[in-house]
Amino acid sequence: MYYDVILSGFGGQGILLIGDLLAHAAMLEGLHVTWMPSYGVEMRGGAANCTVVISSEKIGSPITDEPCGLIAMSNPSLLKFQGKVKKEGLMVVNTSLVDSQLIERGDLGTVPLPANEIAYQEVGEHKMANIVMLGAFLAGSGVVSMEKVEETVDSFFEGGKRKNIPLMVKALRRGFQHQKEGMEHAG
Amino acid sequence: MSERQMMKGSVALAEGAVAAGCRYYFGYPITPQNDIPEYLSVRLAEVDGVFIQAESEIASINMLLGAAAAGARAMTSSSGPGISLMQEGLSYMAGSELPGLAVNITRIGPGLGGIAPSQGDYFQATRGGGHGDYHVIVLAPNSVQEMYDLTIKAFELADKYRNPALILADAILGQMKEPVLLHDAPQRVPGKEWALKGAPVGLPTKRIKSLYLKDDEMEKHNWHLFRKYSQMREEDTMVEADLDEGMEVLLVSFGSCSRMVQSAVRMARDRGLKVGYIRPISLFPFPGDALREASEKAGKVLTVEMNTGQMWDDVRLNLAPGCSARLLARPGGGIPTPGQILEEAEKMIKAGDEVAKSIC
Repeated sequence: MYYDVILSGFGGQGILLIGDLLAHAAMLEGLHVTWMPSYGVEMRGGAANCTVVISSEKIGSPITDEPCGLIAMSNPSLLKFQGKVKKEGLMVVNTSLVDSQLIERGDLGTVPLPANEIAYQEVGEHKMANIVMLGAFLAGSGVVSMEKVEETVDSFFEGGKRKNIPLMVKALRRGFQHQKEGMEHAG
Repeated sequence: MSERQMMKGSVALAEGAVAAGCRYYFGYPITPQNDIPEYLSVRLAEVDGVFIQAESEIASINMLLGAAAAGARAMTSSSGPGISLMQEGLSYMAGSELPGLAVNITRIGPGLGGIAPSQGDYFQATRGGGHGDYHVIVLAPNSVQEMYDLTIKAFELADKYRNPALILADAILGQMKEPVLLHDAPQRVPGKEWALKGAPVGLPTKRIKSLYLKDDEMEKHNWHLFRKYSQMREEDTMVEADLDEGMEVLLVSFGSCSRMVQSAVRMARDRGLKVGYIRPISLFPFPGDALREASEKAGKVLTVEMNTGQMWDDVRLNLAPGCSARLLARPGGGIPTPGQILEEAEKMIKAGDEVAKSIC
């Protein structure tokens, strides 16, 4: 088993965090995993991305030119990475912020996912858009189980942030469900 | 501490230092290694250690020299430009036979360069770096686990030889997170009867110095240091090898770059190609014997580096006679992709010896 994914968006959207949660869950699954962030002159509002590689075997390169999956939460990140995604790969796009007309990869059957609206209207917390995206990615890729991600969410946060855990689990499940329904709809 | 945990390379390195019993850190900020001092500024306080953000790199390395002279396990860290500033101090430490750890999470150079991953400091690290006839022990991790393990090892070797040690890594290894297994490292800190701790009246005076002005004194000292480097070669060379029976080409790389090479090796073997892989872990002492033996079996050797060709010199010095050698080099933040490496390896396998002898 091998899966690599680029998670991308604006700084401040929680891109590195969902990458971290995914990587941590993969570790709990007993898999090999690497998490590689973009680093350096990053700032809130600038570009942010990270690459997560998950494998049942020892991992060589922690970076990828041709990811199996892409999570894009902003227009620039979609434009930068969509051309690299493997044929028949997975693209999860936040259509609350990304202009759907920019999606050029018709071959991927991308499900429109208005993550900000879902977070605000269905989860009750607009800051959970990134977690909604992660939930959708889990449904699309099946790379780690929802159970392990929920376990991760529970062990990951300390102190005051723990109060958000029920909302996070809700956001994960809503994202998961939207993606699944969208995929079934598309057949 | 038996569970794997996700950790950044820089943090794993810092934890390794604490596990090795290092309680003194002196440093000055520079990207991309700031995670090390940031973490240690908190962590060392928890173990009654001392963290000092010094006024400069020159101050940092001389504080390290002082702590080492007093017998403490101590460290500093920086990136290329800062490590350049520390070279005088490292030379004094080598001359004075003082153990200590310097960590270089490299930038691109020369000059202020850039912060992307690079292996351009190989020469600086392995050739001594400062003035005079000396070497530092250089270890090059290629995973977050090794950032932890080799930091502990570096302290042990520094004490064993009374010589400064250096960890050479880059931003890929510093910023990447991987699962790490921390362990209670046995703290093999030897007795340091030479350390300056303040002698009670009546005991003989101890002196730590690198200045020898009397006739023949310095020549003797240089040969003494030389014998230590020979002993390092004999006893503490570290290498990882994954050779293949009947391999047609041998791939050589170190540090982060070797991770791309590992992917290329897997791709090559999936295609049925016979490919071997060797990775110097200790860059000084360089594992010349292991390379010579492996190159003899392969006949063709492809060196892959993230610079314009530095370890390449050591590779060519240590090839079996008659081997063909090629270099795949990406300086300035370029990272050789597994696909690119595979393509070069295939070219080399197909080429006759004559063609393969050309150098790119």
